[in-house]
Amino acid sequence: MSAANDTNLIVRFVRTVGQSALFLLSLLRHVIPALARPRLVVHQIYNAGARSLIVIMLSGFFVGAVLGLQGFDLLQRFGSEEALGVAAALGLLKELSPVVTALLFAGRAGTSLTSEIGLMRATEQLQAMEVMAVDPMRYVAAPRFIGGIVAMPLLAAVFSIVGLYGAQLVGVQLMGVDPGSFWSQMQSAVELNDVTEGVIKSLVFGVACSLIAVFEGYHATPTAEGVGLATTRTVVASSVLTLLLDLMMTAAFL
Amino acid sequence: MTSASTLQTSSAAGSRGPDNDIIVDVRDVHYAVNARPIFNGISLTIRRGRITAIMGPSGTGKSTLLRLITAQIQPDRGSIVVWGNDLSTLKPAEIYGLRKRMGMLFQQGALLTDLNVFENVAFPLREHTKLPEPVIRTLVLTKLHAVGLRGAADLMPAELSGGMARRVALARAIVMDPDVLIYDEPFVGLDPISLGVILRLIRSMNEGLGITSIVVSHDVQELSTIAHDSYLLSGGRVVAAGTPQELAASTSDEVRQFMTGSDDGPVPFHYPAPDYVEQLFGNARGGRR
Repeated sequence: MSAANDTNLIVRFVRTVGQSALFLLSLLRHVIPALARPRLVVHQIYNAGARSLIVIMLSGFFVGAVLGLQGFDLLQRFGSEEALGVAAALGLLKELSPVVTALLFAGRAGTSLTSEIGLMRATEQLQAMEVMAVDPMRYVAAPRFIGGIVAMPLLAAVFSIVGLYGAQLVGVQLMGVDPGSFWSQMQSAVELNDVTEGVIKSLVFGVACSLIAVFEGYHATPTAEGVGLATTRTVVASSVLTLLLDLMMTAAFL
Repeated sequence: MTSASTLQTSSAAGSRGPDNDIIVDVRDVHYAVNARPIFNGISLTIRRGRITAIMGPSGTGKSTLLRLITAQIQPDRGSIVVWGNDLSTLKPAEIYGLRKRMGMLFQQGALLTDLNVFENVAFPLREHTKLPEPVIRTLVLTKLHAVGLRGAADLMPAELSGGMARRVALARAIVMDPDVLIYDEPFVGLDPISLGVILRLIRSMNEGLGITSIVVSHDVQELSTIAHDSYLLSGGRVVAAGTPQELAASTSDEVRQFMTGSDDGPVPFHYPAPDYVEQLFGNARGGRR
C-alpha cells in the first residue's frame, strides 16, 4: 500500500476521506441493484440488527436506570421530580439512544462486518467473485451497508423503549415519583420534532458507521494483522465520527 | 473419468485457424507495484485446446500474470489480447462478459464460506442465469459428480479438506462451461493422492471438454506430465518457452536450476546481504546488535 509510505498524517487523512467519499458514491450506485436481491439484504439486517438486540437492550436498560437516578437527584433539588418522565424521554430520544446505539453498533456489528469482509478478501473470495463476473460491491458491500442503515434506527428505538422502562423502574418504583405525572408530563412535553431529531441522527449514524465498517473491511490488508488493524480502525473511526456528527447535528437542530 | 468426458460444451467446436488458435496474447507487458517492477516486457501466447504451464520461482509474479489476464489489474505498458479483444479498451460490462467465458481455480479454492458446497457451485448459475431450480440442481450435481464430490453437496467449506475444497472450486469453475480454465497453484499443500486427483482432473477437463487450460505452478514434475506448452518466468520476463521436454533438455543455467531444483545457481540461495564476516565481526549494518 502506497498510503503506508506517507509519513504525512494530514495527507493520509485527506486521502482516506476522499477514498471513503468515492467508496460511498460507488456504494450508493449499487444500492438499487442490491435491493433486487432482497434475501441478501434481509439477511444483513438480521445480522446487524437482530444479533445486536441483546446488547442494545441490556445497555438501554442500564442507561435508562442511571438517567432515572441522576435525573431524580437533579430534579429533586428544584422540587420538580415529576418532570423526570420528560427529562428521561428527551434525553433518551434526542441524545442517548442514537449515540449510545451507534457506539455499541460500531463495537458489535461494525467489527463483525469489517472482519468478515476483510477475511473474504484475505481468502480470495472477493477476487473469486470478480473473476466469476459477480461484482462484490453489489453482492457483498451494498447489502451490508443497507443492512446497517436499516438496523440502526430500529435498534435506537428499542434502546429508547427499554431505557424509558429502566428510568420508570428506578424513578417511579424505587424513588416514588408519581406514575401519573411521570407519564402524562412526558406525553404533553415530548413533541414529534424530538422524535424526528433522534431518528434523523440514528439514520446518519447508520450511514456513517456502516460506511466505515464496510470500507475498512473492503480495503483491509489481506493478512491476519491487516484485518485486525482494520477492525480496530472501524471502532475508533466510527466512535469519533459519531460523536462529532452528534455535536454538529445537535447544534443544527437547536 | 468417463463422467467428466460425457459432459458436452460448445467450446471444442470453435473454428480452427492460425489466428483463432490464440486465445490469450500477452504482448510486452510491463507492470510494477509501488515502483517495484514485477514484469519487464513479458510476452506469451496461450493456444486453444492446449494445457499451458506457467512456471517460475515463488515471487516472480505468476499470480499477478493471471490477474492481468483476467483484467483484475491493468498493465502499465503493453497489451493483453483475449479472444481478439484488447483488455485495456473494454468497458467493465464487456470485461464481465469475457470473464463469464473463463473459469478460475484459486490457490485455496476461495469458496464462499457462508454457502454450502452445492450453493457454491450453483452460485455462478444463480447470478448469471434464470434457469429453473431443477435444471440448476442437475447441472450442479453433474459437475460435482465429475469431481467426485456429489456426496459432499451438503457440507460447508469449513468441513472440507484442502484437496476437496479445490475440487469443489473446480466444479464451480466449470459450471458455466467456460472455454478457458485458469489454475492458480493448484497443487500447493496437497497430499500425493489429492495431487494425483487434481492432476487427472486438469487433464480430463482439457481432453474431455476441450477446455483451454492455463496452469500456474512451480511443481515442475507434475506439470511436465500434462502440459503441452510451458513458459518459465524469472526476473519479470520469460526465460524459456517450449514443451516441458525442451525445457528439461535446456542448457541454460537458469532453466536447469529451476527444472532440477538445485539450491544455488543464477537464483542465489542467499538473499542479498553484506559480507558475512564483515557483518558478524565488523561494522556492517543489519540484524540486531
